[in-house]
Amino acid sequence: MYTASDLRKGLRIKIDNDPYIVTEFNFVKPGKGQALYRCKLKNMINSNQFERTFRSVDAFEAADLQEKKMQYLYREEGKYCFMDNQSYEQVFLTEDQLGEAKNFLLDNIEVEIFLFEDRPLGISLPNFIEVTVTKADPWARGDSVSGNTKPVTVQTGYQLQVPPFVEEGDRIRIDTRSGEYLTRVKG
Amino acid sequence: MDEGWRLTAKEDALRLRARMIQAIRGFFLERDFLEIETPCRIPAPAPESHIDAVAEGEWFLHTSPELCMKRLLAAGYPKIFQICRCYRAGERGDLHLPEFTLLEWYRTGTDYRALMDDCESLIFSVAGELGFDGEVSWKGRVIRLQPPWERLAVREAFARHAPITVSEALSGDRFEEIMVCDIEPHLGMERPVFLYEYPAALGALARRKAGDSAFAERFELYIAGVELANAFSELTDAQEQRQRFEEAGRSRRLQGGSVYPMPESFLAALPQMPPSAGIALGVDRLAMILAGKVRIDDVVAFTPESL
Repeated sequence: MYTASDLRKGLRIKIDNDPYIVTEFNFVKPGKGQALYRCKLKNMINSNQFERTFRSVDAFEAADLQEKKMQYLYREEGKYCFMDNQSYEQVFLTEDQLGEAKNFLLDNIEVEIFLFEDRPLGISLPNFIEVTVTKADPWARGDSVSGNTKPVTVQTGYQLQVPPFVEEGDRIRIDTRSGEYLTRVKG
Repeated sequence: MDEGWRLTAKEDALRLRARMIQAIRGFFLERDFLEIETPCRIPAPAPESHIDAVAEGEWFLHTSPELCMKRLLAAGYPKIFQICRCYRAGERGDLHLPEFTLLEWYRTGTDYRALMDDCESLIFSVAGELGFDGEVSWKGRVIRLQPPWERLAVREAFARHAPITVSEALSGDRFEEIMVCDIEPHLGMERPVFLYEYPAALGALARRKAGDSAFAERFELYIAGVELANAFSELTDAQEQRQRFEEAGRSRRLQGGSVYPMPESFLAALPQMPPSAGIALGVDRLAMILAGKVRIDDVVAFTPESL
């Protein structure tokens, strides 16, 4: 069981027997009043989205999902193919089902696939991945005010903000849950 | 190593915050307020239905300096202020940190309307000292700070923006939900607004309105939809205050929360407290508005997650 204080982006819960994923989350607490947990939820089966506000007393069950370790193979016509390295079984997921995870699909990366009654619904990535910066503007030392960040593109096509000293060709570590830069990786 | 870059990226906001706090202090000192420091660690926090204190051994970390500040009023200090760290368990979001900075100030011999005037002059003058030309922009909105600001009764805010009335919201336990979803997004979008006259049940330490005891003399200041400050005409009736604390205790017990000891030394001092008004303003949130930041994380050097 989860309580409202466990709610966070990416949590998978069961509502009316369907699996839902929290796609947006914010804690609010107006004027000395009770805490509210505002969520956007997506039905993992039919992708229907809705907003709901929960209170501290609300409780949830975890979604009934099976997990299977699979490897990312390739993308074709908007479908992403994953394979079970033991059974060689392959499954396909849509861009919509992947959500933000599509930004972090490195070639051959191993992920957890979520299945509901044997249907693949989504994936869970390792929390941290290392990627190569493929496009970055050079750092102009002189004109960089402290506090600046700059946008770069990494090998998966994902764009993010990094400190000014990160250069093209650098390896960086990203937190896949927040999509944020963590650190530069040596060598 | 480059882990320090996040701290470096905050430098502008932290500099603005520091100047802002200096300007706030200057504002009160110029007006003959006495700066006070009271203990963070206390035996009994004010029992409130929805504010959870962090336990510290047998005692607690204060959720605001309110009770000690009022004992000073009772002892004859007429104008006092404090800027301090406060602690509230379980509060974490874009506008919440479990450890945050409050500014509180109190005046005797007056009611909460005087604090509206204080808010107007304080924020207008602090913004001016930081180089703002009478307006701030936040999330793409330009908000004019030139006083006077809007004064909007809670009742009227519900009539304007909510699908149901205040009493319907209260009886259906939907007051907070309606506030957050329907009302707050409209508050203080062009100029700051004082939302005033809260239902009496929602002002645990506030005096009831003279002539209409269904309402409490309480207001909240909003700028750009963000709740910045909470003020009361202070309740000085010790008997009524004790009853309200007992009610809050019962409501905490029903929700399964911990029940705090009765703050007896505060209740003992209350009969000596002259008519007064007091206010708590979120310093981090004011810094957010002035720095144009949308997350409280961006105006503090460290969040709990980064420690």
